[in-house]
Amino acid sequence: MTDTLLTVDDLCVEIPTRRGILKPVDHVSLTIARGEILGVVGESGAGKSMTGNAVIGLLDPPAHISGGQIHLNGRRIDNLSRDKMRRVRGKEIGMVFQDPLTSLNPLLPIGDQLTETITEHLGVTQAEARKRAIAALEEVGIPAAKSRIDSYPHEFSGGMRQRVVIALALCAEPDLVIADEPTTALDVSVQAQIISLLKRLCRERGTGVMLVTHDMGVIAEASDRVAVMYAGRLAEIGPVRQVLTEPQHPYTAGLMGSTPGASLGRKRLNQIPGTMPGLSAVPDGCAYNPRCPRAEAKCRAEPRPPMTNGAACWFPGEVKI
Amino acid sequence: MLAYIIQRVVQSVVVLLLVGLVAFSMFRFVGDPIDNMLGQERTGADIERLRGQLGLDQPFPVQYYKFLEGAVQGNFGVSYRQGRPVSEIIAERAPATLELAAVSGVLAIAFGIALGVFTAIRRNGIASHVIMATSLIGVSLPTFLIGILLIYLFAVELGWLPSFGRGEVVDLGWWTTGFLTASGLKALILPAITLGLYQMTLIMRLVRSEMLEVLRQDYIRFARARGLRDRSVYFRHALKNTMVPVITVVGLQLGAIIAFAIITETVFQWPGVGLLFINAIQFVDIPVMAAYLMLISVMFVGINLIVDLLYYFIDPRLRVDRGAAAK
Amino acid sequence: MEKTPNPPSALARFADGDFFYTFKRSPVAVVSFVVVALLVLAAVFAPLIAPYDPFNPASLNLMNGFSEPMVPNAFTGETFWLGTDDQGRDVFSTILYGLRISLFVGFAAVMFALVLGVTLGLIAGYIGGWVETLIMRVADVQLTFPSILVAMLIFGVAKGFTPPEYRDDVAIWVLIFAIGLSDWVQFARVVRGATLVEKSKDYVQAARLIGRSPGSIMLRHILPNVLGPVLVIATISLALAIIAEATLSFLGVGAPPTQPSLGTLIRIGQGFLFSGEWWILLFPAVTLLTLALSVNLLGDWLRDALNPKLR
Repeated sequence: MTDTLLTVDDLCVEIPTRRGILKPVDHVSLTIARGEILGVVGESGAGKSMTGNAVIGLLDPPAHISGGQIHLNGRRIDNLSRDKMRRVRGKEIGMVFQDPLTSLNPLLPIGDQLTETITEHLGVTQAEARKRAIAALEEVGIPAAKSRIDSYPHEFSGGMRQRVVIALALCAEPDLVIADEPTTALDVSVQAQIISLLKRLCRERGTGVMLVTHDMGVIAEASDRVAVMYAGRLAEIGPVRQVLTEPQHPYTAGLMGSTPGASLGRKRLNQIPGTMPGLSAVPDGCAYNPRCPRAEAKCRAEPRPPMTNGAACWFPGEVKI
Repeated sequence: MLAYIIQRVVQSVVVLLLVGLVAFSMFRFVGDPIDNMLGQERTGADIERLRGQLGLDQPFPVQYYKFLEGAVQGNFGVSYRQGRPVSEIIAERAPATLELAAVSGVLAIAFGIALGVFTAIRRNGIASHVIMATSLIGVSLPTFLIGILLIYLFAVELGWLPSFGRGEVVDLGWWTTGFLTASGLKALILPAITLGLYQMTLIMRLVRSEMLEVLRQDYIRFARARGLRDRSVYFRHALKNTMVPVITVVGLQLGAIIAFAIITETVFQWPGVGLLFINAIQFVDIPVMAAYLMLISVMFVGINLIVDLLYYFIDPRLRVDRGAAAK
Repeated sequence: MEKTPNPPSALARFADGDFFYTFKRSPVAVVSFVVVALLVLAAVFAPLIAPYDPFNPASLNLMNGFSEPMVPNAFTGETFWLGTDDQGRDVFSTILYGLRISLFVGFAAVMFALVLGVTLGLIAGYIGGWVETLIMRVADVQLTFPSILVAMLIFGVAKGFTPPEYRDDVAIWVLIFAIGLSDWVQFARVVRGATLVEKSKDYVQAARLIGRSPGSIMLRHILPNVLGPVLVIATISLALAIIAEATLSFLGVGAPPTQPSLGTLIRIGQGFLFSGEWWILLFPAVTLLTLALSVNLLGDWLRDALNPKLR
């Protein structure tokens, strides 16, 4: 494919601890095309944020990439030097964090935070950077951007702050944006606005998005394709319609059944029995087997199942919602 | 904001009035001022005359008011021991203490912040561990032992630096300074290190822990995610946020430097106000003690006030009225 | 009749508890505890351990003056472990007696501060109103000033009240009073805070309802709950009080030469720094340092072990 923007190939992240090595990301492969929104969904601790952090090179030590490759625009980026990777961040990959209340520096006016990013990556003059900062704020829908550019973060509401965060992530015109739970901390009424803003901006610019969330509604609303993660592994990946309506992996099916509104036409919500295993106790074989209604001896005995029809399951498609 | 400033100023004045009351009570009730001022040979007329002269026959509030009035004008009476006006003695000695305190304060703040930031950024480096371990011993080490240790090393064993006094000073009329002569500067080194070391340790440990706390914040991750340079992340984003809590403590430490100067001045026989105060205690020279107490209170209260006001310049969140912030 | 097993003794419960367990696992805590315990024992039994009585003029021989450690004196042939000072006093013995005074002043001052601070803190927290405002405002004002300065002032004022001929005799008590009074605020603050929390709890409300007197509620219900933090502050205060005492005595506004503490000994020793009699200064200084450092480390450990939130 010529328009592939990001390729994550067999990525592994490890955290060495006193009790052994944890694998929060375990042989994950995915791609994002230019202008495409890939939703990454899963329970907390499934490794979705960790995957995003690995791509942008912001893993907190001692976590580190232990295997696999990441290519952006055809260039390998997982083994770049510290300084080269820093230049990639912001310029080629932007990031939006979960909580707009804490992701802006409270002591700097938002304009300063925008211009420092713009001058760092685009090498323009201060005056030009300021002009672009105002434009960026207008683009994300901050009213009276010209006068509010010198305001401090606390002078904005939560939704407005997340718009500022998006402007910051996009101001150096990156090709890829990693949005880590961008709506989780917001009021429900604001969530849809932020999602549609993100969607519109990325469509207009042809920016690829990795949209990390645990919210199936957000996925259904915004993404083109969706990747489902479970216990650090990729359970299923595919076009959003297909995954939502005809999930191939029993976990996806279970997730659909337990999400209000996602399973159309059904009244009752189903619960998946049990909980996701901790990273120190991932079961042998398919990680999902202890909770899976379809599991049999093979699921426990064999090594992990290969990807079949976009699902890492020995019996894809056999469990319906 | 204005209301807040006024409130703080009023509080400060109340504290000063209270301290003034303590100082005055010392002056008035500790021993008998008449006894202290007149020798063994005195007559009833002498006592009455002095009593009237000092205003001791007037009611207590009037005396207190007179005392305050004098204090504001810098009049603290006459030293029992030296028989000269206290204000004169203090004015003579203040430059020595202030120069010493200023140099140690600058040393403590500069090195304290630099080392604190360094040990926070290179948290797992060997140098950081060495610095932190040393600082733990430094905190337990009494100031006067540090001074003695330095004297032993640099004055007794190596003979590089003088162990006492200010060296040659230049008299500018209203101020005497040791900054202008080589011997004055040499004499300043050991006392300044002694006085600044403990404060430096405190500032360093505080800056380090605050910095580590700030570096965990989301906006630091976000700053990194935007591809900013380390220099910008550490010094533009992190350090500024670290400064808010640090300023309080640094402010209080500056006050403490003046107080701890007493110890350093005694170790090095530095002719400052602190040495004067210690001698005053040894000889129960109450007017000098009272004046010192008043002076140091003004400094402390002033520093506290400035620290509070500084917040407004550093933290914009405090500058805004509560209602104006968009919710 | 079935015999109920005896409940385990208090000692057994202690040895079995978490507290003792974490203590055993921390080498720093064990070492500093042992060091403090040894120093305290040495101070308590100083008259038995000390080879000489440094304050008995009869036992002093000026010929023994300035004996080097472990070297037989040129005139008398006597050997002193840690040498002697200018008057022929055995440095080891003076350190033991000095330690005694330093520790006594330290402990007594902390006890004084503790009783005063805990009482005022309980009163402020339990009674509230203007009493609380008054106590806490005084605490705030006092906290503005470094406690060593407050102690110096109190010492100076108290000295002024004492007729000159008694000053040396009461100096130790004045010192205790001054250091204790400069250090009560920490106790009062913590106890008040804890009291406010405990006061609102159901069992205290219940005790009030059944008509227990405020005094008995404070003593029986609230006080036990604040003992942990108070113990931590007391230990840290002990280190501070020992250093404060040494500092004041070093400055010549503390223990008199007739009853020298470690600080006084260091003050005396400093005079011989240039003439080469290093042992008169070094050994008291090392003793003081060891004491202060061990108590500090013990306090640090205790704070982490008992109440990680206290800091």
